[in-house]
Amino acid sequence: MSTGVARAPIVAQGRPLPGRRVLVWGGFALVFAIAPMIFRSDFSVSILSQVAIAIVACLSYNMLLGQGGMLSFGHAVYSGLGTFVAVHAMLAIANGTLPVPTSLIPFVGGLAGMFFAIILGYVTTKKAGTPFAMITLGLGELVTAMALMIPEFFGGEGGVSANRSAGKSFLGITYGPQIQVYYLLALYAFVSTAAMFAFTRTPLGRMLNAVRDNPERVEFIGYSTQRVRFFSFVIAGFFAGIAGGMAALNFEIATAEVVGAGRSGLYLFFTFLGGATFFFGPIIGAVLMVLGFALFSEVTKAWQLYLGLIFLFMVMYAPGGIASLIMMNVRVAKYKKLHRLWGWYAGLVAASLVMLVGAAALIEMVYHLQLGGAGEPTLGYLGVTLDTTSAVSWIGAAVVFAIGFVALEATRRRFALAWGAIQTEIESDMMFKEPSPVDVPADLPEHGAAASAEAGKP
Amino acid sequence: MSTSGYAVELQDVRKSFGKTEIIRGANLAVRSGERVAVIGPNGAGKSTLFNLVSGRFGPTSGQILLNGERIDGMVPYEINRRGLARSFQITNIFGHLSVFENLRCGLLWSMGYRYAFWKFLASLTDANERSEQLLRMIRLERKRDTLAMNLTYAEQRALEIGVTIAGGASVILLDEPTAGMSKSETARFIDLIREVTVGKTLLTVEHDMGVVFGLADKIAVLVYGEVIAFDTPDAVRANPRVQEAYLGSVLADAQVDGAARPTH
Repeated sequence: MSTGVARAPIVAQGRPLPGRRVLVWGGFALVFAIAPMIFRSDFSVSILSQVAIAIVACLSYNMLLGQGGMLSFGHAVYSGLGTFVAVHAMLAIANGTLPVPTSLIPFVGGLAGMFFAIILGYVTTKKAGTPFAMITLGLGELVTAMALMIPEFFGGEGGVSANRSAGKSFLGITYGPQIQVYYLLALYAFVSTAAMFAFTRTPLGRMLNAVRDNPERVEFIGYSTQRVRFFSFVIAGFFAGIAGGMAALNFEIATAEVVGAGRSGLYLFFTFLGGATFFFGPIIGAVLMVLGFALFSEVTKAWQLYLGLIFLFMVMYAPGGIASLIMMNVRVAKYKKLHRLWGWYAGLVAASLVMLVGAAALIEMVYHLQLGGAGEPTLGYLGVTLDTTSAVSWIGAAVVFAIGFVALEATRRRFALAWGAIQTEIESDMMFKEPSPVDVPADLPEHGAAASAEAGKP
Repeated sequence: MSTSGYAVELQDVRKSFGKTEIIRGANLAVRSGERVAVIGPNGAGKSTLFNLVSGRFGPTSGQILLNGERIDGMVPYEINRRGLARSFQITNIFGHLSVFENLRCGLLWSMGYRYAFWKFLASLTDANERSEQLLRMIRLERKRDTLAMNLTYAEQRALEIGVTIAGGASVILLDEPTAGMSKSETARFIDLIREVTVGKTLLTVEHDMGVVFGLADKIAVLVYGEVIAFDTPDAVRANPRVQEAYLGSVLADAQVDGAARPTH
């Protein structure tokens, strides 16, 4: 939307134009449709399938975290139980006791997720804030313990496996080839994403935001915060279950770890990394989650350590996640000031790379010393050979890291000033021009805080 | 309407926190359509009284009636659904939602949309029109799509009132609506309150005596958890007991404030 135009008629205010909406969703569908035509290998298609699953899982998690302010440490309970029930449904289809087409397996998982969200969520959503988080953690542990206690259903250590192509084939679709599975999962991912987006535009979806912002006030405008949380929790559980059912179809196996705290932690981690404050943030997070697992783990054994570092940096410097970084820059670009930042970004990237090279060298050497190497003191690293017994390698790596760190910190501080100046200019531009409603909310972490502190002054 | 004809009735209401009794047998009967200012020294229990009536706390003993129906022991949303809404002393709005969204949240329940997740907000024509209307009433049309947390203090106070009246409640409780405002802002704000509460029963806690004598049909004086007087402003001003307990010192200020108050 352009600025400076006379105010749009009431109906169009605050919402993207219909044409733009079609474009965004059409583009989203197109990406799903053509991705396997570009990345054709079996490995790629498998990765794409996992991305589709992760998108649904992270978006459903963000209904709680981003939209409802509910920090859940046990979301994998609902996706995981969805996986288990879906695998059992696949077994039932195979032996002919369940007359349901295989295409509906993710939906079966969704119903299972919803069922358990109704039972467990009733207790969970009685509380908010820290007690809520604690209950989700406790329930997560409980279900994990149950998974090992009831091998009849959970299959014990080995899990339960099924065969997705055992059902009747329909129009030649057997779900034997991965590409057929991918397109089914892509369809589920697209429809689920659209449905979850639609949810944000409904009365319940909006009241969920209100509960997040100010639960006390909600009670005084006629709503029970518990009910709002509960209904939303059940819907989130449904979509988590769909993701679980999709996973069942894709992997054809369910093991105890799919309900575990580790999985729940990943949802939290990557939803946050992608950006919980924007609807599309978790989609970015989901893509990173799958790529992180599949690709990063090939490059280095210490990849989880890097993940931890990235998370640390994001929490400290960009608590709104990648989505908020993007949207903040989109806002700057809208006011045609982005060109002033390119130099700074180049500097930041360069300094970060130097620091990363040093830090990674240290990490790799430590890792090599402790776990890898099999007594061999040397390791190849970016074309040079590091020797864990030589002081030169250690000192060299430390110096590179230190140089990078100092450079990054210096650049970051100056960048923050430049960024602040641009934000001030934009705010004064807005005051004079009274722009048309900008889709990008101005609730950027630092500036939002400053603005509300200012507003607090009588 | 109730048989008693009272919108809000308090019968020997008591509230203790631990061993401390804050409200000690308060009695009050507010007729439908009356504007009542509750005044009293700091710590008299004014905010506690509002919290009891709006359901934030339950009373230790006694009865509270809304339009003849007992509401003591009900939770806030049950009381709200029966037609009582309140504002807060500390601005209490939805910071990450726009002004328009704040107002719409305030009226969704009353318009019967409840927990609907099968309807689009954009298609709720009645709710949207009413929200636009409220936006004009509180004079924040220009801030329609601004996030509530980015408003100025006075704007946030206006939005607070807007959210309070949005649901169409017949009884409105305003807890220090003009707290922290400048003189000129206060004057304009009182006009706004008067406008948006036409035909409603209004209870307000207020420290500014100019505002109190300008806005209220009746004044309730709360001292040490008891209503020691409940009468017209002139009668309360003349009441020796009130003068002794409280008003003597503040009345002088009221004359000054009164001069700054707009005539209506």
